[in-house]
Amino acid sequence: MSEVHNDVQAYTLRLELVDEPGELLRSLQPIAEHGGNLLSIFHERGNVTPRGYIPVEVDIEATPDRFDNIVEGLSDAGINVIQAGTERYSERLTIILSGHLIETDLSDTLTQIEATRNATVTDISLSAPAGSIDVSSARFQLAAASGATEEVLAAMREIADEKDLQLVEPLTVGGRA
Amino acid sequence: MRLCVLGAGAVGSAVVELAAEHGHAVTAFADSESAAVDADGLDADAVLSKKRDDGVVGEAPPEAVFDAAYDVLVEATPTTLGDAEPGFSHVERALADDRDVVLANKGPVAERYADLRALEAESEGTVRFGATVGGALPILSTIEDVGPSRVSAVYGVLNGTANFVLSRMAAEGLDYEHVLAEAQDLGVAEADPTFDVDGTDTALKGVIVANVLSDGETEFTLDDADVEGIQELSGSMLDLAQEDGQTIRLIVEVADGGVRVGPRLVPENGAVAPSGTENAVQIEADYCGRLGITGRGAGGPETASAVLTDVERLTD
Ligand SMILES: NC(=O)c1ccc[n+]([C@@H]2O[C@H](COP(=O)([O-])OP(=O)(O)OC[C@H]3O[C@@H](n4cnc5c(N)ncnc54)[C@H](OP(=O)(O)O)[C@@H]3O)[C@@H](O)[C@H]2O)c1
Repeated sequence: MSEVHNDVQAYTLRLELVDEPGELLRSLQPIAEHGGNLLSIFHERGNVTPRGYIPVEVDIEATPDRFDNIVEGLSDAGINVIQAGTERYSERLTIILSGHLIETDLSDTLTQIEATRNATVTDISLSAPAGSIDVSSARFQLAAASGATEEVLAAMREIADEKDLQLVEPLTVGGRA
Repeated sequence: MRLCVLGAGAVGSAVVELAAEHGHAVTAFADSESAAVDADGLDADAVLSKKRDDGVVGEAPPEAVFDAAYDVLVEATPTTLGDAEPGFSHVERALADDRDVVLANKGPVAERYADLRALEAESEGTVRFGATVGGALPILSTIEDVGPSRVSAVYGVLNGTANFVLSRMAAEGLDYEHVLAEAQDLGVAEADPTFDVDGTDTALKGVIVANVLSDGETEFTLDDADVEGIQELSGSMLDLAQEDGQTIRLIVEVADGGVRVGPRLVPENGAVAPSGTENAVQIEADYCGRLGITGRGAGGPETASAVLTDVERLTD
């Protein structure tokens, strides 16, 4: 039979749940149903995403086949799967944005970056030499889904364009970030 | 070889000065207003001091050079955009007369590559232009040796002025305006450094590389390049980069049939973060992987030496 596909791996699922009673339990059902082995749940209750969801990180063990079914089951149940996989955010990249960062709403900028789905912001360093009225700069450390660097950078360009910010991209030619 | 040198600026003058050392005679030499011609070879010292003292190289009109006896036209007049004149007409004239041409002038190769190659095809003469990209650095000759079709990407720093400004900004935490003024005082940046800092000069070099890589399949001009300069960068952006072990350099990327120039984050001590006015490029090619070339890219004597290397290659 499919013995070759039987190797169990660890996966991290990042979910975004609606802030309603029973949502967490509901999200765990597809995992059990499709034969996933729950390892840990990290429930950031106090932490609400800019879109009003509660982020939850779930570590599970499953075979690749079963894992695919789990992700499908979660989506079918209407649960937001933000990140699914072993090496989902395997590429790290740094960008610098400069301009009227504060006036153009830094937190909205962050939300937009997060909303690109293929990237998550892991670190921000802000430098606002002359206060917020003036031009300020920030360095963003991003983790991007493997193979999605170009896509993520294209999204950054759009955000920078829209907010009239200057974007300094990493040199990625030939696959380097 | 008998050289006809057009342009008596930093490059043209250095070619005249160094030609004898390389075993060549300069039989004609012109600036924008005058020419000096001598079938037996001009006296370099005399003609260069005349240029210094009187502002002209001789008493003849510039067109007189084309009637001189010469084998190779060295084109070192200013790089211009669009029609690439007067350089292009100079090259056209020399090729029509079946002479070889060596360019330091980027205009004809960046803006009118197909026209240039078409003229060359009808001529007994050959065109070489190694000096146009990276001055003394053997960038185009390396691509030629590796084989343009084997090269998948070329990227790096090709403008010494912009690189100087950015490395000073990073080292001193100073802002762009301040460092640029300092560079002008030092003579590193020209009185009008627009093309250096707005990315145009780097882009022209990238376009030339793209033309060589595409080998006539697609013609590239400056209009095909995506160009961004360094004028908007601040000292604090460089500080932010540095805190992360990185720096910002004006990088040209020639890959996937496109040319892109702009400030990029690169590892601080990496292969494409040279110091001061140096250039540094990486060539990615089949079999060799990544080849790096770093060194002094521009300057009169440096560029003249590249011109003379091309002259030598004509005889191969
Ligand atoms: N400098 C570098 O490091 C470097 C490196 C690579 C490539 N290049 C290229 O090499 C070329 C020369 O550079 P450069 O630094 O020597 O420039 P430059 O110092 O500005 O000299 C340009 C020279 O061209 C002469 N000229 C202008 N129009 C002419 C005409 N119609 N006929 C004959 N001569 C004419 C000028 O004459 P007047 O003296 O009468 O004004 C001047 O002597 C440029 O295209 C440049 O982009 C330069």
